[in-house]
Amino acid sequence: MQTSVQLPTDPAVQYLLRIGDTCLILGQRLGEWCGHAPIIEEDIALTNVALDLIGQARGVLTLAGQRCAPALDEDQLAFLRDERDYRNPTIAELPRGDFAFTVLRNAMLSTWLKLLWERLRDSGDAELSGIAGKALKEARYHQQHAADWVVRLGDGTEESRRRIEAAMAQLWPYVAELFDDDAVEAAAEASGLGPPASSLREPWLAEMAEILGEVHLPMPKQGNFRSTGKQGVHSEHMGYILAEMQFLQRAYPGGAW
Amino acid sequence: MNTTSHEWPLWEVFVRTKAGLDHKHCGSLHAADPKMAVQMARDVYTRRSEGSSVWVVRSDQIVASDPGDKDMFFDPAEDKVYRHPTFYKLPDAVDHM
Repeated sequence: MQTSVQLPTDPAVQYLLRIGDTCLILGQRLGEWCGHAPIIEEDIALTNVALDLIGQARGVLTLAGQRCAPALDEDQLAFLRDERDYRNPTIAELPRGDFAFTVLRNAMLSTWLKLLWERLRDSGDAELSGIAGKALKEARYHQQHAADWVVRLGDGTEESRRRIEAAMAQLWPYVAELFDDDAVEAAAEASGLGPPASSLREPWLAEMAEILGEVHLPMPKQGNFRSTGKQGVHSEHMGYILAEMQFLQRAYPGGAW
Repeated sequence: MNTTSHEWPLWEVFVRTKAGLDHKHCGSLHAADPKMAVQMARDVYTRRSEGSSVWVVRSDQIVASDPGDKDMFFDPAEDKVYRHPTFYKLPDAVDHM
């Protein structure tokens, strides 16, 4: 049995993991649609998005691993961390739900990632800036694809409307965490690594309002619940997805294609 | 009997590999509207860098020749070899034509 890797407390590593883990975990969730999407064309589209996200995760995790001592590679970071050392916001790990839940979460997270990549093009870290330039093109398409579906379902049948409204009610409580600032975000801003989370809030709300406004889907009021995935404190769903992802590397250390 | 179709319409997909070449038919897919059809075409048919442009057209908008007319339409061309430019002698300077 392969033991877990240890992570440094370096805020830059934490910041990179928040981005890389969002891509990694959402990519894994979307991969679950392989063979299950409502039509084959959408099956391929969703897994294309999943593979784009895994590609982005590879780049960012590699970068995070270089900042660890001793250095860790992308596979060690992706597959050999304990649950508490994953830093994705909780929204990314929620079970895939129905198709409405999946496309609404994709719209929310691809909008968030798109805005983040836009800002990260100006990162003081040249490699991160390079990754952002490439990822931005992918995120733009992900956003458009997901937003189109949100509009179709919101403006579709009674059933599709009911489902997209239910998805909104389920997802909305997890949105606030995306824009929570803390010492990690402050350090990233101070060092020029990337923007603090809170700075993406207004542009995100504006873009989401445009998508949701097309079908008069209101944004719910923010309650008191606050998810804490970015701090490593995850929902009960995280352990299961990690078990599935980590089994092979734990049972067959260093196993490769 | 209810004859309303609950299937999304079929679309034919044409992909251009690079600027200057023509769009080639590469397959078909189901999509609810033109915008979705273009996105699906991108996702299904250009995953391995096959394209720089895609066209989609509703399959029911294509007018095709009748297979029953095959003899009448195409067989008469078979014995007209003189229509091929193979009888011309090319000057040596024009190589590999």
